[in-house]
Amino acid sequence: MENNQNLIPDLQEPSEETGITIHLDAFEGPLDLLLHLIRKEEVDIWDIPIARITEQYLEYIQIMKDLNINMAAEWLMMASTLIYIKSRMLVPQEKSEESEDEDIEDPRHELVYQLLEHQKFKNAAEMLYTREEVENAVWNKPPENALEDANEIVAVSLFDLLKAFHEVVRRFEEQQVLEVDKEEVTVEQKIEDIRNRLLIHDQILFSALFGEIRSKRQLIVTFLALLELVRMNEVWLYQKGAFQEIQISKKKENA
Amino acid sequence: MQAIMEAIIYVAEEPVKPEQFQEIFPKQEKENIEQALKTMVDAFNARPGGLCIREVAGGYRMTTRPEHHEQIRAYLKTRPNAKLSMAALETLAVVAYKQPVTMAEVLAIRGKKSSSALHTLLEKNMVAIVGRKQVVGRPILYGTSKQFLIHFGLNSLKDLPTLEEFAQLASEQL
Repeated sequence: MENNQNLIPDLQEPSEETGITIHLDAFEGPLDLLLHLIRKEEVDIWDIPIARITEQYLEYIQIMKDLNINMAAEWLMMASTLIYIKSRMLVPQEKSEESEDEDIEDPRHELVYQLLEHQKFKNAAEMLYTREEVENAVWNKPPENALEDANEIVAVSLFDLLKAFHEVVRRFEEQQVLEVDKEEVTVEQKIEDIRNRLLIHDQILFSALFGEIRSKRQLIVTFLALLELVRMNEVWLYQKGAFQEIQISKKKENA
Repeated sequence: MQAIMEAIIYVAEEPVKPEQFQEIFPKQEKENIEQALKTMVDAFNARPGGLCIREVAGGYRMTTRPEHHEQIRAYLKTRPNAKLSMAALETLAVVAYKQPVTMAEVLAIRGKKSSSALHTLLEKNMVAIVGRKQVVGRPILYGTSKQFLIHFGLNSLKDLPTLEEFAQLASEQL
């Protein structure tokens, strides 16, 4: 390459000034760098001049090395992929005339699919960015704490809870399942699990939480996790009326 | 009924779902409630006021209109919220469209380790752990949360443009 200097101009300025690459952000990963290089070359994505692009890519990596940037493994992996493709392009493909309609897949194609897939999600990210922008320009009424207590919902007492748990255990024993308890789920894991579920659902039915469990140990672990979450004031348990199903829901942060 | 609906949406902290109105008006038919709700929202949004009612995360929420953001911000003396980084947005896009998805699958698409971006998203409650994939190693599966819908003003995941649209765009860009 003759005009090496302006191949990677984005990098040159900051490296001299500060020695730190602020531009790592611009090229988040190897795929981003490749997209950048391809766009700059204004070449057809289905006919990438692989030798030229590989050369430029390696130059970039060299600069990163010179700057002592800790390179993640994926950068080197991409380098080896590029070199591999390049070498396969050099080997004369058994271009036997019989191979109709290019039966042999172009060695570059897998990379192209990957690049297109990556670009697709970059576009989706752009869309999210715009949406976020709009949402940031909008306010809704700040929450009022006073409203919380006005609910005519029955909070569940420990007694109700124990009764419900007893019911769960009884139903479980009726089922007579074979206990193969290889999985040692801890209370901590279960707490995390319930927290995650409450991020997706506003409330969980007590029976649903226990319904899917197939071992007695799990039942107890889940119950303890639930008690712990109540103690930590993260969830609250309520019924929509006496004798109704117990529901689990997240406590409002500012209640 | 419409006046009550408007008032409830005003006092609500979270988007109000049509089912919640059903609880308030138990004698009303589901269709009637939905019809009344729609008429009320359309009428509300047709007036040239500073507020509007928007469909977010499967419910209705009253907000200021986006076009007034500069003046409102000047009054509140706030700066725009910290936005998500591009890395986080990309990761979130992958999770949103491919969910439930493992860390390795995110890596394959982004061509880059995404653990820190994913961690940020978990911390901000945009992404939640939804289970484990039933393959060797039982990797954690991630999905988007309700907070994700609220943050991006989406009514449901179906509101997102299809991936094909972005694929189309991508092939035009390259």
